[in-house]
Amino acid sequence: MNTEKKYLKLSGLEPLIITPESNFINVGERTNVAGSRKFLRLIKEEKFDEALAIARHQVEGGAQIIDINMDDGLLEGKEAMVRFMNLIAAEPDIARVPIMIDSSKWEIIEAGLQVAQGKCVVNSISLKEGEMQFIEQARKIKMYGAAVIVMAFDEFGQADTYERRIEIAKRSYDVLVNKVGFPSEDIIFDLNIFPVATGMDEHKRNAIDFIEATRWVRENLPNASVSGGVSNVSFSFRGNNAVREAMHSVFLYYAIKAGMNIGIVNPAMLEVYDDIPKDLLEHVEDVILDRREDATERLLDFAESVVSTSKERKVDLSWREKPLQERITHSLVKGLDEFIVEDVEAARLEAVKPIEVIEGNLMIGMNVVGDLFGSGKMFLPQVVKSARVMKKAVAYLLPFIELDKGGASQSNGKILLATVKGDVHDIGKNIVGVVLGCNNYDIVDLGVMVAPEKIIQAAKDKNVDAIGLSGLITPSLDEMVYLAKEMERQNFEVPLLIGGATTSKAHTAVKIDPQYKNAVVHVHDASRAVTVVGDLLNKRTNQKYVGDIKADYVKVREGFANRSSKKEYVSLVNARKNKFNIDWNTTTIKKPNFEGIQVFEDFDLTKLVDYIDWTPFFRTWELAGKYPAILSDEVVGESATNLFNDAKLMLAKVLNENLLTAKAVFGIFPANSVNDDDVEIYAHTDRTKVNVQFVTLRQQLKKKAGIPNIALADFVAPKETGIEDYMGAFCVSTGFGTAELAAEFERDHDDYNSIMIKAIADRLAEAFAEYLHEKVRKEYWGYATDEGLSNEELIKENYKGIRPAPGYPACPDHTEKWTIWDLLSVKETIGVELTDSLAMWPAASVSGYYFGNEKAKYFGVGKITEEQLKSVADRKNIDLEVMRKWLNPNLAE
Amino acid sequence: MEDIRNILKDKILVLDGAMGTMIQQYKFTEEDYRGEKFKDFHVSVKGNNDMLSITQPEAIKSIHGKYLEAGADIIETNTFSSTTIAMADYEMEEFVYELNFESAKIAKEVAQEYTAKNPDKPRFVAGSIGPTNRTASMSPDVNDPGFRAVTFEDLRIAYKQQAEALIDGGVDLLLVETVFDTLNAKAALFAIEEIKDERDIDIPIMLSGTITDASGRTLSGQTAEAFLISVSHIPLLTVGFNCALGANQLTPHLEVLAQKSDLRISAHPNAGLPNAFGEYDETPEMMAGQIKEYLEKSLINIIGGCCGTTPDHIKAIAELAEGYQPRLVK
Repeated sequence: MNTEKKYLKLSGLEPLIITPESNFINVGERTNVAGSRKFLRLIKEEKFDEALAIARHQVEGGAQIIDINMDDGLLEGKEAMVRFMNLIAAEPDIARVPIMIDSSKWEIIEAGLQVAQGKCVVNSISLKEGEMQFIEQARKIKMYGAAVIVMAFDEFGQADTYERRIEIAKRSYDVLVNKVGFPSEDIIFDLNIFPVATGMDEHKRNAIDFIEATRWVRENLPNASVSGGVSNVSFSFRGNNAVREAMHSVFLYYAIKAGMNIGIVNPAMLEVYDDIPKDLLEHVEDVILDRREDATERLLDFAESVVSTSKERKVDLSWREKPLQERITHSLVKGLDEFIVEDVEAARLEAVKPIEVIEGNLMIGMNVVGDLFGSGKMFLPQVVKSARVMKKAVAYLLPFIELDKGGASQSNGKILLATVKGDVHDIGKNIVGVVLGCNNYDIVDLGVMVAPEKIIQAAKDKNVDAIGLSGLITPSLDEMVYLAKEMERQNFEVPLLIGGATTSKAHTAVKIDPQYKNAVVHVHDASRAVTVVGDLLNKRTNQKYVGDIKADYVKVREGFANRSSKKEYVSLVNARKNKFNIDWNTTTIKKPNFEGIQVFEDFDLTKLVDYIDWTPFFRTWELAGKYPAILSDEVVGESATNLFNDAKLMLAKVLNENLLTAKAVFGIFPANSVNDDDVEIYAHTDRTKVNVQFVTLRQQLKKKAGIPNIALADFVAPKETGIEDYMGAFCVSTGFGTAELAAEFERDHDDYNSIMIKAIADRLAEAFAEYLHEKVRKEYWGYATDEGLSNEELIKENYKGIRPAPGYPACPDHTEKWTIWDLLSVKETIGVELTDSLAMWPAASVSGYYFGNEKAKYFGVGKITEEQLKSVADRKNIDLEVMRKWLNPNLAE
Repeated sequence: MEDIRNILKDKILVLDGAMGTMIQQYKFTEEDYRGEKFKDFHVSVKGNNDMLSITQPEAIKSIHGKYLEAGADIIETNTFSSTTIAMADYEMEEFVYELNFESAKIAKEVAQEYTAKNPDKPRFVAGSIGPTNRTASMSPDVNDPGFRAVTFEDLRIAYKQQAEALIDGGVDLLLVETVFDTLNAKAALFAIEEIKDERDIDIPIMLSGTITDASGRTLSGQTAEAFLISVSHIPLLTVGFNCALGANQLTPHLEVLAQKSDLRISAHPNAGLPNAFGEYDETPEMMAGQIKEYLEKSLINIIGGCCGTTPDHIKAIAELAEGYQPRLVK
């Protein structure tokens, strides 16, 4: 390696050379629409002179680089970047410093690079989308002649530990230097500054890990720089500037010592290190350096005293002085229910008829909510909170409206919603109901596991304007097809909306749409429901809208037909010949420490908290991003943090008051694979009597040479080898009590918490499955006694052995649950039941198999042919047409 | 032929002098400019010096010959303005490929002739790539500073056409010169890198900026060092300055390059500053006397002349340079 020391050199009209003697390079951050509301407003209103003044002010104030960011949903980011950079070029007192072109969109970065004569910094690229794109972008940046910030982010997510930071930094550096020929001195790492003192154990090391990773980068990656956004670190103390300023200084003091040489720091939010009072300094250093177990609690306690001595902080109630309508709107937008009844009562006294309060005052407020949501300035959790306030207000008014009998409220339309027969998942459906309800639609919610006859009857009785079907498991897809057929047969005309995790535009277009000659629309997420329903029910334009969608679906069908015809499948015999090979003579098979069945009837939920994977929780609420980074995300961070706080409150309530019951049953048994694709579970250790037989599906898609056609059975030693192998199965549930709690919240008009409790129960069930799997690996089966994985590693499934669940890609056959229920007596022992569609009830349950072999891995079966379908029906002794119904989504066309 | 990079290790190479100054002496008329090929062309073309490579090739060859005779190691093609952007003035965009190709071809012929005569002194052809007449980082409209008459992408495409035709015509290196706006130069360098990549060739690039006045900055406002950093991403044969100033006034800026860069350095100054009639009147001896300072300070690897210089100037410079060692680079 070239050991010659090279320095990062940048230029505007004048040079900026960063040497070891340079002081910390401060990047001005005020010309960033994501960070400065004022700057965003000026750019939106095209007040460029004032926007330039901000840039000038920063340079005069000592910023040595200015960061320009135009990433905002309402801006034409590329045009804004080009326009502003061109204007800066004409201002020598600004243009003298180098520019940091900051965007998450490559096209904006490239447009910026094309208008800069100096050597800029690109902020940023990463391995997030894989090495190919990373290399491609780095090559371009090199040709344009810019330095680059590399985020510690890869295909698996954002680095949030010391090890991950240095792993990604090292890999990025090697790719840049060796594959791209990028000058090492032009590489700047952003090693992710995350908040500390959040109350979460896994955040304790956020600051110290950054600092240590910085030291590692500066010692091991020659010539590279380290940068970061400092204010993130004190995110938990928003509102307490005295503590935040101290935290920034302490953090910088140690980070700079470790080698951080560039950063975004608001100089107004920085205390001089030496001026920090000794006691505060000690508490802050304890937190930043993770020096004590109770550092966070101590700082929190101490912070209260800091606040009370410095600034009197209180809840801002100045909005209560404003006119009535503004107060009502404020309550709705902020989701505050404290004053809503009082304000609504005042409005009622002013109104001629009580209904006017709903149609007037409340709808004005909800329209604001709708606009903010539509323009991406409010997020789902906030909207659901708004709905809670709305419902409370309406509930208060209803008795008056009944008395008045003056006239019914004019709604936008009546929408029937139902989770189809056999399916119990309703979080998404409930969110759609709330969002539509907010937009003045009447919702007829039939709940879960609704039989098609009931849906048809209710639609007729209630004279609904549209029907929305939801489902999460694959058999629900066929229920939806069936319902579309029934609607056609019974001459329905209302639109049919399709939604839920397992649904897709392709499935809707290919399987459902052809069954019903009227409108069928796949709704990708809850936030789209409002516009879709609005378009469908708009009498003036809906003909065209429906026509466009029908035409679009025809195209999807044609594309699908062309695509599926190109796929090649191999015969089951040949697929078996190409099975996944494990060398049974050399592989290690551990005889389990425990064989048989074990039941937990009332498991301690507190043990599961550390095993929760929060990322899917945010996805449920349509907040995109990985936990914990999402908490400090520029766009949804605040919303995510509030949601997370509410979730933690709910979780604490559940734990303290024992509101949910966790139960589990699992077993580990002697087993061998037979006839390639099946696994026999033996009743006794002598392996003479077969208790049950699992039937696994094998990949049939034609593979490239050397790539196997896998079936789960490949992970268990074949009987003919004479080797004694094992396999397990499990079912866990944390759903007992959920339905009752949710119903209680709903009676209180509190959809927010009704959805919240279900989302949390789901997370706990997944956590329980993770926890139990770890116990099995380390203790009961005991093949991985030395395993020591962090929660992140667990989430990434870095462990040995797998726990695939029937209904998921590795084993899409839901009917295997019957076998598991039989083997473990699931219903009898813990009370989890299977619905007609083989969904589990309560919904917050997880079941699956355990495979312990070190070679076992997750995979997707993909499509299978008619040949395998027949074979499976045969082996399971199930009627071919019944089996076809279950495996329908997996059959090759 | 020996690689120019090797020759530069031991020796200062001499670049030729002004093309325009020499053409002026022919006093060509509109008809001469048009020649046979453009006799019915729809706009006036007098002053379009680059087209003379097609219509008066013998004159251009003769000028190249005079510079080679004077001792130049490198001659520049007659293509300073041969981009679609600069040729728009004469509505000759469609002839850009031919202009560059023919200019390169005739320069190469003459150079080969001289190399054959004296193989110990190989002669090179540098494809001249001028700045065009538009700036990518400045607005031509004082009332609208955000406006741009040309974009990076326009420039990249135009420069790519020019460089490809020059390479096809046989040039040994490319000279991006008279850079008054670094962004224009970055577009040219981007285009050349693309060609190098696509054709898998490693053609040497000389880059020469222009300091326009005593402020010591380029027209687009950069200091010499900022300019240097802005183009440091491209492997260059030389970096340097030309035009606008005489040899004396250029000295401090060359010293900045020498201090701040590890690259070889070139200079081709004007024959002093223009007099009241727009003429350059520094004699070969006067100019050589000033250039002596560069040589004594070991600032230079390639030296030549720009506006107002003639074969006599180049002869004086070449004889002087003979006795000095080039600037040492790592």
